[in-house]
Amino acid sequence: MGILIYAESENGKFKKCALELASYGRAIANQLGVELIAASFNHSEYQTLGTYGVERVIQISDPKLEKFTAERYAANLASVVKENGVKLVLLSSSANAKYLAPLLAVSISAGYASNVVGLPESMDPLSIKRSCFTNKAFNTCVLDNELNIISLSNNSFGLKEEPKEIISETKSDVSSETNFVLEKVERASGQITIADAEIVVSGGRGLKGPENWHLIEDLASTLGAATACSKPVSDMGWRPHSEHVGQTGKPVASNLYIAIGVSGAIQHLAGINSSKVKLVINIDPEAPFFKAADYGVVGDAFEVVPELIEKLKAFKNS
Amino acid sequence: MKILVCISHVPDTTSKINFVDDDRAFDKNGVQFIINPNDEFGLTRAVWFQQKEQAEVTVITVGEASCEPTLRKCLAIGANRAFRINLNPTDGFQVAQQLSAHCKEENYDLIIAGRESIDYNGAMVPGMLSAHMGYNFVTNCIGLEIEGSTAKAKREIDGGIESISCELPLVIGAQKGLVEEKDLIIPNMRGIMQARQKSLTVLPPVDSQIKSTISKFEKPAPRGAVKMVDSDQIDQLIDLLHNEAKVI
Ligand SMILES: Cc1cc2nc3c(=O)[nH]c(=O)nc-3n(C[C@H](O)[C@H](O)[C@H](O)COP(=O)(O)OP(=O)(O)OC[C@H]3O[C@@H](n4cnc5c(N)ncnc54)[C@H](O)[C@@H]3O)c2cc1C
Repeated sequence: MGILIYAESENGKFKKCALELASYGRAIANQLGVELIAASFNHSEYQTLGTYGVERVIQISDPKLEKFTAERYAANLASVVKENGVKLVLLSSSANAKYLAPLLAVSISAGYASNVVGLPESMDPLSIKRSCFTNKAFNTCVLDNELNIISLSNNSFGLKEEPKEIISETKSDVSSETNFVLEKVERASGQITIADAEIVVSGGRGLKGPENWHLIEDLASTLGAATACSKPVSDMGWRPHSEHVGQTGKPVASNLYIAIGVSGAIQHLAGINSSKVKLVINIDPEAPFFKAADYGVVGDAFEVVPELIEKLKAFKNS
Repeated sequence: MKILVCISHVPDTTSKINFVDDDRAFDKNGVQFIINPNDEFGLTRAVWFQQKEQAEVTVITVGEASCEPTLRKCLAIGANRAFRINLNPTDGFQVAQQLSAHCKEENYDLIIAGRESIDYNGAMVPGMLSAHMGYNFVTNCIGLEIEGSTAKAKREIDGGIESISCELPLVIGAQKGLVEEKDLIIPNMRGIMQARQKSLTVLPPVDSQIKSTISKFEKPAPRGAVKMVDSDQIDQLIDLLHNEAKVI
């Protein structure tokens, strides 16, 4: 039996979630004494995976696979699983990985658990902890099957180097023709996404209007952070929907979450709960967010944030 | 066009989450249930197709009789008919199998489910259903137009948007952005009255498999008290973030 990770890459580099998955896979492979395999698409630089404990990489290349499509990628991963006696497949929590996971699960008849937050509590049967109720709780999930798929919550395990000799194999595309056409992919270049960010700076209704968002953007760029917002801010069109975080928006699992002018409603907190450290800046000392924060500053965002930006710049330069 | 919207009956977003039965079951006591928000965006789009293109909109849930008020609400919003598969499901795998058995008899052109539910957050059902049916699948769907038998869909990806064209039948995973918040339909008296007359059929479950079980629930560990920093002590804040929290 072996463990397979789907190693996602972007612009020729493995994504951080792929390296985190390799670290996680290595820890399980050590426990079980089995091989850790990676599958990657259209990617040739594979040594980095070896640094994080992968022993063998299967590279699937084809012009048809140049852009991600869930069905084609799932078909190829299913074929890797079958040809290599894989019993456990590890995926990240990226939008793409969570898109293909259920397709793969049906095609290889595997059990599947998403939002997994740590190493298995037992291996036989496989038992893992995952988050549920949009981060308001956890549940232990028992997957008593021949074959299982886990998708690991981003930033829940971290990166751990454990270099291995890595060998590489190639495999050709096995996916079949479909009428599914990817017409266009629009992506803001150079922008840090909420999913990948180590730091997220989020603004709420307390910022008064879209014209003040330079405060959020400047702070984010000083920190190399992604920008986010509360639901009413995106509902009013101050910011795009893609920035809405919380129970009905995107989840945030960054190392640092900075909330500015956000009151901390239960639906907002639900989505950002799994961030490790929370800093809240709010003019109202009674704002509920302070109860869920690690650090708090009571003050006017229009005074505190410019000073914070200035001092952070000085700190970074020192 | 025949549209099916899969509905999950979930605790209201303001619910306090507690567990009973030795932390093995969710405590429904005093909890209000609502249509899963992602499903509601999907239902709203379906009702739009019904009004503009004469589509027929069916809603379905896999659940016990206690889910029926949620289905009635969907009928009041505008769905034409409802089904309830009479089973308290154990996992998403089982839900997808139950739904696919129904879909195989009905030949829907478009199947809409929420991209994930806000209770178990499995993100499994729409994708698994599409795989069982062999239909095209677009999740995180934030735009859908249909012309003849061709669908044009938009998918939100990490940091951008993808535009897709494919043939029906199609399964989508709906989310915010598919319709605007202001387009969500609050049922009026007439809708509520009409909903009482519409058909809500209870179907027996088919044989299905379970791939996962929940052995235990737990709540996050209580957190330490917040450290307040004076607004004229920003240097101290930076020092704490750097040296204590080690996040910058
Ligand atoms: C079904 C449902 C789902 C929901 N899902 C979500 C979700 O996913 N995400 C989400 O965010 N919300 C969600 N909400 C909405 C949520 O209940 C709150 O209404 C929302 O989070 C409040 O946004 P806010 O904090 O930006 O605004 P407000 O609650 O208006 O808070 C503004 C804050 O700014 C502070 N402030 C004002 N001026 C200043 C200043 N000069 N400097 C510093 N601080 C200032 C105020 O003290 C206040 O605390 C949902 C609601 C429902 C009903």
